[in-house]
Amino acid sequence: MKFAVITFPGSNCDRDVYHVTKEVLEQPTDMIWYNDKLDLSSYDCVILPGGFSYGDYLRAGAIARFSPLMESVTGYAKDGGLVLGICNGFQILLEAGLLPGAMKVNDSLKFVCKYTKLKVINAGTPFTNRYSKGEILNIPVAHREGNYYIDDEGLAELIANNQIVVKYLDDEENPNGSVVNIAGICNKEGNVFGLMPHPERCAESILGDGSKDGYELFASILDYVNKRGEKCG
Amino acid sequence: MKWKVRIEIMLKENILDPQGKAVKGGLNALGYKNVADVHVGKYMELIIADTDNQEDVNKQVDEMCQRLLANPVIEDYTFQVEKMEG
Amino acid sequence: MAEKPWESEGLTKEEYDMIIDILGREPNKTELGMYGVMWSEHCSYKNSKPVLKRFPTEGKHVLQGPGENAGIIDIGDNQAISFKIESHNHPSAIEPYQGAATGVGGIIRDIFTMGARPIASLNSLRFGELDDEHVRYLFAGVVEGIAGYGNCIGIPTVAGEVYFSNAYKGNPLVNAMCVGIMDHEDISTGRAAGVGNPVMVVGAATGRDGIQGASFASDELTEESEEDRPAVQVGDPFMEKLLLEASLELIKTGALVGIQDMGAAGLTSSASEMASRGGTGIELDIDLVPKREEGMTPYEVMLSESQERMLVVPKKGKEKLVKEIFSKWGLHAAVIGKVTGDGMIRVLNKGEVVAEVPARSLADDAPVYQRESRRPDYLDEVQNYDLSRLIEPTDYNQSLLEVLGSPNIASKEWVYQQYDHMVLVNTVVLPGSDAAVLRIKGTKKGLAMTTDGNGRYCYLDPERGGAIAVAEAARNIVCSGAKPLAITDGLNFGNPMDPEIFWQFEKSVDGISQACRALNTPVTGGNVSFYNESPEGAIYPTPVIGMVGLLEDINLATTHHFKDEEDIIILLGETKEELGGSEYLKVVHNLEVGRIPELDLGLEKKVQETCLEAIKAGIVKSAHDCSDGGLAVNLAESCISSGLGARIKIETDLPPAALLFSESQSRIVITVTKDNLAKVEELAKKHAIPFTKLGEVMGDRLIINNLIDLEVEEMKRRWQESIPSRMEE
Repeated sequence: MKFAVITFPGSNCDRDVYHVTKEVLEQPTDMIWYNDKLDLSSYDCVILPGGFSYGDYLRAGAIARFSPLMESVTGYAKDGGLVLGICNGFQILLEAGLLPGAMKVNDSLKFVCKYTKLKVINAGTPFTNRYSKGEILNIPVAHREGNYYIDDEGLAELIANNQIVVKYLDDEENPNGSVVNIAGICNKEGNVFGLMPHPERCAESILGDGSKDGYELFASILDYVNKRGEKCG
Repeated sequence: MKWKVRIEIMLKENILDPQGKAVKGGLNALGYKNVADVHVGKYMELIIADTDNQEDVNKQVDEMCQRLLANPVIEDYTFQVEKMEG
Repeated sequence: MAEKPWESEGLTKEEYDMIIDILGREPNKTELGMYGVMWSEHCSYKNSKPVLKRFPTEGKHVLQGPGENAGIIDIGDNQAISFKIESHNHPSAIEPYQGAATGVGGIIRDIFTMGARPIASLNSLRFGELDDEHVRYLFAGVVEGIAGYGNCIGIPTVAGEVYFSNAYKGNPLVNAMCVGIMDHEDISTGRAAGVGNPVMVVGAATGRDGIQGASFASDELTEESEEDRPAVQVGDPFMEKLLLEASLELIKTGALVGIQDMGAAGLTSSASEMASRGGTGIELDIDLVPKREEGMTPYEVMLSESQERMLVVPKKGKEKLVKEIFSKWGLHAAVIGKVTGDGMIRVLNKGEVVAEVPARSLADDAPVYQRESRRPDYLDEVQNYDLSRLIEPTDYNQSLLEVLGSPNIASKEWVYQQYDHMVLVNTVVLPGSDAAVLRIKGTKKGLAMTTDGNGRYCYLDPERGGAIAVAEAARNIVCSGAKPLAITDGLNFGNPMDPEIFWQFEKSVDGISQACRALNTPVTGGNVSFYNESPEGAIYPTPVIGMVGLLEDINLATTHHFKDEEDIIILLGETKEELGGSEYLKVVHNLEVGRIPELDLGLEKKVQETCLEAIKAGIVKSAHDCSDGGLAVNLAESCISSGLGARIKIETDLPPAALLFSESQSRIVITVTKDNLAKVEELAKKHAIPFTKLGEVMGDRLIINNLIDLEVEEMKRRWQESIPSRMEE
C-alpha cells in the first residue's frame, strides 16, 4: 500500500510519521508539500501529521485548512479515501469540517507532553481493526489545544453513529478537559479519523517507556487496505 | 477609501473558558474579590483599503470572520468599522 | 555629537581613543555603535578571553573547537554532532517568556548554521525561592517560553536542571543548549570567502528589535531595567522552523561558502565575524536590507537584533538558487552586498558610505583585559564553619521527606511535561533519569546528553565546584550507558570588575579545565555571562556544563529506576563524612556552608570506567549517579520511579546524617541480578575502587538500617507534589 504524508509550513511530526510508515511498517510513502494541488487517488491513505502549521497563530489548524492541498484532501475523503489526522492534523480536519466539533485550549492552559491511557471505543474502523473494543492503550499526547468540544446534539450524534473511536481512560487520564474524555473521532462513513495522541511516537519498543501500541494503528490501516485489495482483486 | 475594522472574538457564552477562569482566580487572589466573572477573547485590527462602500466592508469582514478569523463552532464575534482619514 | 559619545555605547574613554587610532579619525555614530556592541563583553569576551585560554580544547573527536557558532565532534560513520550552550539571563529577567524563547531560538540557529539538523534541546535554569510571587512568575514564564519556542519548532527538550536559591532571586539564569547531527560533508562555517561573492540576508525582515541588546547583557540589572523592555526581542518559532528547513536545504546543495546567525549585535557581528574569519571584507548597502519598519537609520539597521535572520555568502551565480529555496519556504532572501578583498566592513546607504571600519578590529581586536582577582573574604568563614556542632535529627524519616520535598530535589515533572520531549521519535530515555538518551536513526548508536552545575558548591569553593560539575555530568552520561565525549560550558558570574567575582570566575575555569583533562572531555565552545547581579548582590558563581556522550549500542541505554525484586543494590565508590554544601544542610539546618566534598579525579575516572564496563557487559539493570541529596535520596529516587522498595543494610562508622545525606563524589549506585554480583565485584577489584553491597530491591518500602523506613508511595507524594503545590498557590 502507499501512504502520503502532508507537510504544511510548521508541520513538525511529518518526518516522524514518514519514518514509521516507511521504515517501521516498510510501506512506500511520499511526503507531499502543502502547496501542490494534486490528485491523491493513487494513495491508499493520506496522513495529516502533528506540529504547529502556520505557528498555530490564529487557532490550531485554522490557516492550514485553506492551503491548496486541503482541497485535494477534501475531495479524496469524499471519495472514501482513508484520511488520518494526528494532533495538529486532527485540528486541521476539524477546521476543514471533515470532522465535527472544535478544539479549545487545554483546561490547564499548559502544553502537556506525557503518556496517556486510552480506551478503544470503536475497533471497527480501518484505523483500529487490530485493537479490540475496550482495550487499553498507552500512547503519548503533546499539545496545548486538545480540549475537544462539541455541543450536546453533536455529541449525541457521535455516540449514535459510533464515531467516538478512542477516549482517555477516565477523567484523571484526560490531559486537556475534552468532552466525555474524547481523544479521537471518525466521520460517519468511518474513513476520516482524527486523534490528539501520537501513535507514531510509540511504534517502536526502543523509544520512551517501550509501548508499541501506536504501531498497531498503522498496521490496522495496512491490514484494511490489503484486505480491501483482496476483495477487489 | 480606507477603513479601520476592530474585531472582537469571544468564546460562546455557554462554553467553559479556562483562560477566563484562571484570570478570575488570579484577580480574586490579588484581593479583587468583587470580580465575579472574566472572559478572555481575541482582538484584531484590520485595515481595509480600496473599498468605497461601508456595506461592502461589513459584508466582507463578516465573511472573513465566518471563514477564518473565528471558529463558529465555539466562538462569537462582533466588529466595528470606522472610516479612516486621508 | 554628545560630549562623551562613548558613554552611550558602553565604551570607555581609552577604548574610544583606540578606535580613533584604528580609524585615524573620529568614528561617526553608526561606527561607534558598531564598536560599542562588538567590544561589549557579550560579543568580545574582553574580560574573559585570557582565562578561557586555560580550557583544554583539543581531542581526537574534536572537529571544530571554540571560535565558530558551535563546536563539532566526530561520532564515527561519517557523522558528527554540533552542540553549544548559551545564556539568556538578562532578557529573561525582564520578560521571562520572550527572554527564554529567544534564548532557545538563538542557540538552535547556532546549531543549524553549522550544517547540523537540531535533534535535542536542553537547559539549565536558576531562580529564587518559590515562596516569592515574582519568582514564581519568572519560573512559570521561562518554562512556558522554552516550551513555546521548542515545541512549536519541533525540537524535543529532553533534559535539563532547575535549582532554586535566594542567590538568584533578582537575577534568574536561563541557559539553553542545543544538539544537532550532520554528515561530515555538510559541515558549514561562518566564513565570508571569495572576493566578489554575494552577501545575502535571509529570513525575517529587520525591525527596531533589541537595539543594543548585547550591551544590555553586559550591564547589571537595576530597578530601571524593567523599564528597558523594548530591548527584549520577540521570537517567532514558526519563522525559525521555515528558516531551519530552508537553510539545511540550501547547505545540502553545496552552493554555500558561509552562513552565520544574526544574533547578538545583528548585522554588525555577523558581517564582521564572517569577514574576519575569511580574511576578507564585506561591502553592504542597508537600503537593500528587507525592513519591517519605515525610516530606520543606518545605526538601527546595523545594530537591530531582530530574530530569525541569517547572513549567507553563496557562490557567485547562486543567488537565484538561494532565492528559490527560501521563497519555497515563504522567506525573504535579498542580496545586500558582496565580499571584498580590502578587509573593511563598508556600510552604504543608497550608495553613499555611512560607515567604514576594518572587520578584524570589530571582531577580533577588541581590547583584552586581565582583570584583578582576589580571594573573597567570605570563604574562610563559610568553609571553616564547624559542622561537628550540628545536632543529629531525631527522625531521619522526616529529614528524608523534607529533602525529597525540596524543590531542588523534587520531581521536575511540572517543568518537563510542558516540553515536547518526544518529537522526532528519537527519545529513548525520557526526562527524569540521569541523562537523556536519543537513538541515532539508521544506526545502532545513541547519544546521551546532560546539563549539570552546582552554584552552591561553586560559591563555597569555585575551583572544586567547577571540577565537580564536569565530574557529575560525566557520571550522568556514564550511568546512562554512554562514553563522555566533550563539553560546552555556560559560565554565569557577577560583575568581573569586582576582583572577588573575577577570582570565582578564574578558579571555576581552572576546576573545569582540570576535570576536562582528567576525564578526556575537551571544551568545544560555550558562553560567558557576566554582570549577573541585582540590587541584592551577585548570583552564586554558576558554571554549567553541557555534556554529550556516545553509546555504541543503543540497547545498552540504562535508566536509574529499579527493575525487579531481588536485584542486588551495589555502591561503587565510597561515602565519607562530607555534609558541607549539601542539600540536607540547607533544608534541615538552613545552612549553606562548609567544605564541599573532595574530588579525586583519578578515582572518579575509575568509578566511571567500572560502571561503563559493567553496562557494556550487559549486567547492569539500573545505574544512578549519587550526588545531590546523598545516598538516601539516590535510593529513594530509584524506588519512586519504579514503585519498588529496597532493603538496605550498611555497616558503617559514619554518623547517620552523613551516611544518608553526605554528597561524596565519585559514587554510582547500580543494580544487578544475584548471579552477576561476583562479576561486578571482580570489575571493582580490577579497577581498584571501593565496592559495597548495600542490599536488595524488595517490597514497597525503603528501609535503610534502623534509620529509614518509609513507604515508597509516601516518598513519591512528597517528591511529586512539591513544585506543583508551590506553583498553584
